[in-house]
Amino acid sequence: MTIPFLSRSRTPAEDQPRRTVRLFISKDAAAVAVGAETVAAAIVRSAAATALPVEVVRTGSRGMLWLEPLVEVEIDGVRYGFGPIEPEALAGLLDAGILQADLKRLLAHPASLGPVDKIEYLAAQTRLTFARCGITDPLSLDNYRALGGCKGLEKALSLTPAGIVDEVAKSGLRGRGGAGFPTGIKWKSAHDVAGEQKYIVCNADEGDSGTFADRMLMEGDPFLLIEGMTIAGLAVGASKGFIYVRSEYPHAILALKAAVAVARKAGLLGANVAASGRAFDLEVRVGAGAYVCGEETALLESLEGKRGIVRAKPPLPAHKGLFGKPTVINNVLSFAAAPFILGEGAKAYADYGLGRSRGTMPIQLAGNIKRGGLFETAFGMTLGELVDDIGGDTASGRPVKAVQVGGPLGAYFPRALFDTPFDYEAFAARDGLIGHGGVVVFDDAADMARQAKFAFEFCAIESCGKCTPCRIGATRGAETIEKIMAGENDEANLALVADLCNTMKFGSLCALGGFTPYPVVSALTHFPDDFRRPAPRLQAAE
Amino acid sequence: MTTLVKEPDFGTPASKMEKTVTLTIDGTKVAVPEGTSIMRAAMEMGTAIPKLCATDSIEAFGSCRLCLVEIQGRAGTPASCTTPVAEGLVVHTQTPRLAQIRRGVMELYISDHPLDCLTCAANGDCELQDMAGAVGLRDVRYGYEGANHVFAKQNGKANAEWMPKDESNPYFTYDPSKCIVCNRCVRACEEVQGTFALTISGRGFDSRVSPGMSESFLDSECVSCGACVQACPTATLTEKAVIEIGQPEHSVVTTCAYCGVGCSFKAEMRGEEVVRMVPYKDGKANRGHSCVKGRFAWGYATHTERILKPMLRDKITDPWRETTWEEAIGRVATEFKRIQYQYGKDAVGGITSSRCTNEETFLVQKLIRAGFGVNNVDTCARVCHSPTGYGLKTAFGTSAGTQDFDSIEHTDVVMIIGANPTDGHPVFASRMKKRLRQGAKLIVLDPRRIDMVRSPHIQADHHLPLTPGTNVAVLTAWRTSSPPRASSTRRSCASVATGRTSRSGPRSCRDRSTRPRSPPSIPASIQPRCAAPLASMQPAATPPSTTA
Repeated sequence: MTIPFLSRSRTPAEDQPRRTVRLFISKDAAAVAVGAETVAAAIVRSAAATALPVEVVRTGSRGMLWLEPLVEVEIDGVRYGFGPIEPEALAGLLDAGILQADLKRLLAHPASLGPVDKIEYLAAQTRLTFARCGITDPLSLDNYRALGGCKGLEKALSLTPAGIVDEVAKSGLRGRGGAGFPTGIKWKSAHDVAGEQKYIVCNADEGDSGTFADRMLMEGDPFLLIEGMTIAGLAVGASKGFIYVRSEYPHAILALKAAVAVARKAGLLGANVAASGRAFDLEVRVGAGAYVCGEETALLESLEGKRGIVRAKPPLPAHKGLFGKPTVINNVLSFAAAPFILGEGAKAYADYGLGRSRGTMPIQLAGNIKRGGLFETAFGMTLGELVDDIGGDTASGRPVKAVQVGGPLGAYFPRALFDTPFDYEAFAARDGLIGHGGVVVFDDAADMARQAKFAFEFCAIESCGKCTPCRIGATRGAETIEKIMAGENDEANLALVADLCNTMKFGSLCALGGFTPYPVVSALTHFPDDFRRPAPRLQAAE
Repeated sequence: MTTLVKEPDFGTPASKMEKTVTLTIDGTKVAVPEGTSIMRAAMEMGTAIPKLCATDSIEAFGSCRLCLVEIQGRAGTPASCTTPVAEGLVVHTQTPRLAQIRRGVMELYISDHPLDCLTCAANGDCELQDMAGAVGLRDVRYGYEGANHVFAKQNGKANAEWMPKDESNPYFTYDPSKCIVCNRCVRACEEVQGTFALTISGRGFDSRVSPGMSESFLDSECVSCGACVQACPTATLTEKAVIEIGQPEHSVVTTCAYCGVGCSFKAEMRGEEVVRMVPYKDGKANRGHSCVKGRFAWGYATHTERILKPMLRDKITDPWRETTWEEAIGRVATEFKRIQYQYGKDAVGGITSSRCTNEETFLVQKLIRAGFGVNNVDTCARVCHSPTGYGLKTAFGTSAGTQDFDSIEHTDVVMIIGANPTDGHPVFASRMKKRLRQGAKLIVLDPRRIDMVRSPHIQADHHLPLTPGTNVAVLTAWRTSSPPRASSTRRSCASVATGRTSRSGPRSCRDRSTRPRSPPSIPASIQPRCAAPLASMQPAATPPSTTA
């Protein structure tokens, strides 16, 4: 598909008679981490040196992270990919004629991947949310609109607030942050409460290890998030929104701030959204390094300038949220799903998936995996299909031992559970959780006892400290696992850990303490051998 | 026979809503106002759900996780302090599942707490002790070699988590090693007192109470009101008197004489000795709060420098000579009679203070009139309250105060004229600040920038620093701009305050031209307040005499 890219550095009058070769390189943080900036700069330098008409467009990432830095070239409307092109390998690609778009020579290059759209990893996906990521210039509204952007907002402006809420409810969308709470019900609660001032808050704190979908979207298609939040504002009657981004995402913060400025200038944010007479504006706020501020009420406390401590519920944020006002607080992906739902209809979204898990899930394959990246697909694929077929098993080549789904507070699943379909209820039935869709793979070098200890340690470090089961329990849990690993009173301490997990699961104030038992109990259940240690000393011979 | 008065702690504040909700707790039907927590509803029924972080002077927090209950039809084990009642709920407060969780929580608490109950100042008055007993804690399987805040040294090395006792405040100590981070002290300082001197510093296991910026109590913004000490369920914050003397054994309910608020206290005694003064929750003026004066600064009663025997001297240059009551009273009587004989009857007079009790003032005027046979007696209250007495009587038919302290909880606008409640009536100032933080507006008319103008989470909507002596002019200008609009009032007030006015000088109530021709009618709303029939109230026709 040809997208009318308007070069930012040249006016149409300056366009050369010879066709400009367009190259696309991601400026996503993951790509930058493996040298994308160096590659891009080198290409620009080479082009300047040879005076060739080359335009380098910086995009988001396609999400095939093992292929980054991925260099794409558009030839006759088709984008051909080459990756990974590390800085050292660039010379070879230049020799192969990338700047001249010499297709025949290029296809013979060892790193040639063919048309990017046809790469199996991408072709097998159902990209409803990530439709534009990696394709467009993230800060170009023209690109955005050309690929379906703003359609949802237009539809939303033609509906009543209750109508928007109804559409989201019918779509079956559930909160993609991890709790999986029906988004329509949440928006309806906030809609039904009376209040002159209401807020929309986006939870972009994405603290789970092994997750990056929010970051990719904020960097690669920020207008989608802005559109989704605007739709939410129209639905519940909120005139102000905040995006709370974790401080560890500097590229995303810059991208969002720039996108908000572009949207405001284009009249898509402000006192008169899209000339509708309705007001909605956004502010980007930055966190300060606390996993617990990804918990919705701790996030609100942090936004209010207080210590990031979890609030008791009730009251729900929908009734009493930011500054005591009715607030809709959702994950990035939940808001990002709204434009499609409004634009294409709730049924179109609900037709994907199964049971009570409707729509698509942007799954993040990470850890010790060969083909790590973003895989957006309808609910229903099995864990095994994701890890073995899509992900290609481990990067190390050693057998998969355990897969942790749902972040550091998710359960470890052994190969025996690889037939579990990606579905909220199916994972819960096996004492696991989908969470935010992160899938972290471990090979057989992993010591699951150490992983269980790490679960407690993670909880101890990130605990806000308000409730006793988490504040003290996490520390005691790590100490007890250590005793077990050292062979001290195994049976008694194993029973103690089980009791502690029960206390934390049912006693904790929030999911940080409440879900820490998931990795611990799953490690104990599925990998008991890792916890049995031989006696530390041999008796001295008499 | 008096014993220690222990008022029940309902866990969460009473609800002000009117609708009644009926629910079943442990098989018994209970009817309580909407908005009441399940914990309070259970307590009103006589069932004490285990709790540590909840106390009924502050809002529910939900941190200790002891008060969990099971609700039919709802998953999980919600906290009863943060869960409001709902019509038809069926709640169970004690089940094997709850018992196991509660024991697990207590086990965690005690794994990081000193085991010196028998020598601890809170022995016998410690909620942590009570809860360990209530949940049946029998052992702490974690042992005591792990991370803790208890031991100064561990394995030969200094324990980074340990903090020494803070004994800077003369009245109470703060021992971080016993703190269970229930946050009751922090919340009391915020919600009850309004000083916001305390917070928690550190995250997770490191959390410790921090006065100011982790300073000592005395260096911080703490005003020693004692709310935190009262709220603390352990010995972490304890009165030094309790540490020195031990637990009190009986209470006497009394009234503090330090200021016009008149807080009710329980004087907790051991024999004849006062161990400590604890605010009485049923006190209509203070509702369980106090300030430093009545709470701690009562030591003057038994101070070593207190004069216990009458003393006499013939000339001001002579030293004081101890004497008997008979000689002292006899000398005073003889001398006063001599003065009257020598200089005339009216040479003697007496003044009492509005800080004296009514009984003391009665005795003084009786002495002057019946004893000395003259009418030369006055009280500072006359100067202070003569004009207000006239105004109130004229407007409302009675010259006493028109409101009770509780009414501050319903007010929308507070206007302070010439008063500094934070210093003068601290407990009422705290109650006022609580209402202001809820959104009531504040207008301050005072030349001084009193504390109420700008205080943590409080800002006066208008502060008019009028010139001393222009009160009457300001209020008259206010009265004449009707309906009162803030902007026009401000302008007229401002012009008067700066002295630039078309009128010459301040008005006074002696200016007959300003007296109303006919007394105004009494608003019907006064009747319930004054408990006197409306028909019997008459506005005053003439102002009281201004000459003695």
